[in-house]
Amino acid sequence: MINWLSQVFSVTQFNLRTIPQRRGSAIAAAVGIAGVVAVLVGVLSIAAGFRAAMTVSGPDDVAIVLRSGADSEMTSGLSREDTRLIADAPGVARTADGPLASAELFVIINLPKRSTGTDANVPLRGVEKAATAVRGDIHMVAGEMFHAGRDEVIVGQGAARSFAGLDVGKTIRIGQNNWTVTGIFRGGGGSAESEIWTDAAVLQPAYHRGDSFQAVHVKLASPQAFQPFKDALTSNPQLEVKAMRQSDYLADQSSMLTTFIERIGVYIAALMALGALFGALNTMYSAVAARTCEIATLRALGFGSGPIVLSVMFESLALALAGGAGGAAIAYFAFNGFKATTINWQTFSQVAFSFSVTPQLLISAIVWAAAIGLVGGLFPAIRAARLPIASALRET
Amino acid sequence: MKYLHLVWSNLKRRKLRTSLTVLSIFVAFVLFGLLCALKEAFTAGVSLAGADRLIVRHKVSLIMSLPESYGARMANIPGVKDVVHMTWFNGIYQNEPKNFFGTFPVNPEDFFKVYPEYVLPEDQKEAWLKTRTGAIVGRTLADRFKWKIGDRIPLMSPIWQRQGGEAWQFDIVGIYTGAKKATDTSSFFFRYDYFEEARARGKGLVGWYTVRVDDPNKTEQVAKAIDAEFANSPYETKAEPEGAFAQGFVQQIGNIGTILIAVLSAVFFTILLVAGNTMAQSVRERVEELGVLKAMGYSSRLMLALVLAESCLIAAVGGSAGLSVAWLIAASGSPVPSMLPVFVLPERYLLIGVGIVFALGIVAGILPALQAMRLQIAVALRRHV
Repeated sequence: MINWLSQVFSVTQFNLRTIPQRRGSAIAAAVGIAGVVAVLVGVLSIAAGFRAAMTVSGPDDVAIVLRSGADSEMTSGLSREDTRLIADAPGVARTADGPLASAELFVIINLPKRSTGTDANVPLRGVEKAATAVRGDIHMVAGEMFHAGRDEVIVGQGAARSFAGLDVGKTIRIGQNNWTVTGIFRGGGGSAESEIWTDAAVLQPAYHRGDSFQAVHVKLASPQAFQPFKDALTSNPQLEVKAMRQSDYLADQSSMLTTFIERIGVYIAALMALGALFGALNTMYSAVAARTCEIATLRALGFGSGPIVLSVMFESLALALAGGAGGAAIAYFAFNGFKATTINWQTFSQVAFSFSVTPQLLISAIVWAAAIGLVGGLFPAIRAARLPIASALRET
Repeated sequence: MKYLHLVWSNLKRRKLRTSLTVLSIFVAFVLFGLLCALKEAFTAGVSLAGADRLIVRHKVSLIMSLPESYGARMANIPGVKDVVHMTWFNGIYQNEPKNFFGTFPVNPEDFFKVYPEYVLPEDQKEAWLKTRTGAIVGRTLADRFKWKIGDRIPLMSPIWQRQGGEAWQFDIVGIYTGAKKATDTSSFFFRYDYFEEARARGKGLVGWYTVRVDDPNKTEQVAKAIDAEFANSPYETKAEPEGAFAQGFVQQIGNIGTILIAVLSAVFFTILLVAGNTMAQSVRERVEELGVLKAMGYSSRLMLALVLAESCLIAAVGGSAGLSVAWLIAASGSPVPSMLPVFVLPERYLLIGVGIVFALGIVAGILPALQAMRLQIAVALRRHV
């Protein structure tokens, strides 16, 4: 056994040392695999970043209530009476000021993108006083909170970065009203950083909404309080609403785009992997062909076919991993943290996010590279092991 | 032609390598074709936009409604030929939001005047005018759900409740096709009068208007006249050419589209680089044979041509197979109909693809070919020893 291992080791070492002699084809194979990995990681980092922007960290104790039948805040509608019943339902956290519930309006306004100057759908949310306490992690990074009852807005930092005119002190014109930007905030979970916030009581008349709302965001007393809260709402004959955990709602709202990007990413990477596999096979077949005589000599000296097979596969694996690591590095430096905005068709509004090259993505990249390397080495390795010694030795 | 045999024999000497190279070129061009189809899908609205059409929406945002009465006022504005209004219905089939497709209530007569690219047989058009609950669906959409004329389709809408709350029922009376290959035939149109009568709220309001003008050169003026007509009313409008409107949506998708396409282009060229390198290598290995050919009296120019022919042949076989497969994939319909309703590979991309195939053949072959041309017989023959 020790002998066998030392055979594997010495033949592999011998193979790896000859790589510089076959620089051209070895580099070509590694570059091909680097390409696969870079594209896989690059495209999937878009989906990962988008998903990260749409999820919340922290305890899962925020719930969203919509009219039953609505699939997003945009298509929902609730009366003032509904929102009161929801706020008073069991399970909602309370402070001295009353229940931690914010009845909100969600509309879209058109603002030009900073990058292109073309109109984009920017979400404008009317919130109640409890909104920041419900989200819990909202921090002003510039300026101050809007004042209740005034035509003032605060802007998420993603929106401030992406859309023209959203700077502290400036005014934006929406319909027939001018609104002053008083501050920029971060946090809030989900796509809050892509939104503009104002007082719901000011937004209602500006949008001819009467005394109606679209959603109620509530903070629950604990994550476990969700089920009784939901049951209380669905069993209340005065209400026709549905309650969801914020995390589930957000995951649902981002599913269409992330699935789409992931599907395209994997589809393209699979095709690309096929192309790279052919490149790797070519390289390893010519590596074996170039060493026909040496391999036959080793076999004649008593090296078994097992070590020969393994050594060729190790060589292929080494090339693949080198290429894969290179590709992952390229993807990381080119894409990680890249800031972008896109439209989320499910909410019909813009979401600002950063591409995110996650550790899972890097691991899956290395797995792909290793798989290509192993398959690319297997067949040439078998050929090497099956070489008839006598005739191979005769080759020059 | 008599040298074809020689080129062919050279390709056959390492069958495995030749086939692997052809296969990787094949993959590269499948990818190229799909990439072009994807790019086309992202920008479909722009290239299909009618030059003589305007989209008129609420000034604040597309989600805000306009009064239905604006249509008649717009029709009176000089330069306006036809007007149709549309509304985003957001129909959901079988309670499954993934079964997504565009659903719009329209006035049938106005609709066909403004959108001549939707082609519906005359008898089906009459059936639609007679059937209040009638709906027409595009060929792509009908194929997707295996719908046929006479089917009754229930749809729910999260925006528009029907009075009483139950599902909206539609009878399919026609299946329209596109006048052009790239026309989007994935939408569902039904009658506005049925919608108006049965909806629980928002009566008299519509989503936006599409306006057809007399003279495509005057779209800007007509757009200004429309906006001026409704200025300072509770519903101010924004009119813009259909192309600009569609372009706006492309911009909303933003740099994601650009990045996807940039990444894929990088991939494409990586594969070509790898394949090209193998092709070049296989010529380099044969230097001594080329020397023999030269010694036999082959001219330098003929050597150049032979080597180039060989690399172009490999590229052509792999490339044409790849482009054909990409074309077949595109022809069989969109892989994700809810996100990319239009998925076609226009002929001009096939031509560009053929151009790239030959560019690949020449670039991969030119260095070894020049080497072969300049080869000194004595040097080449001595290498063998």
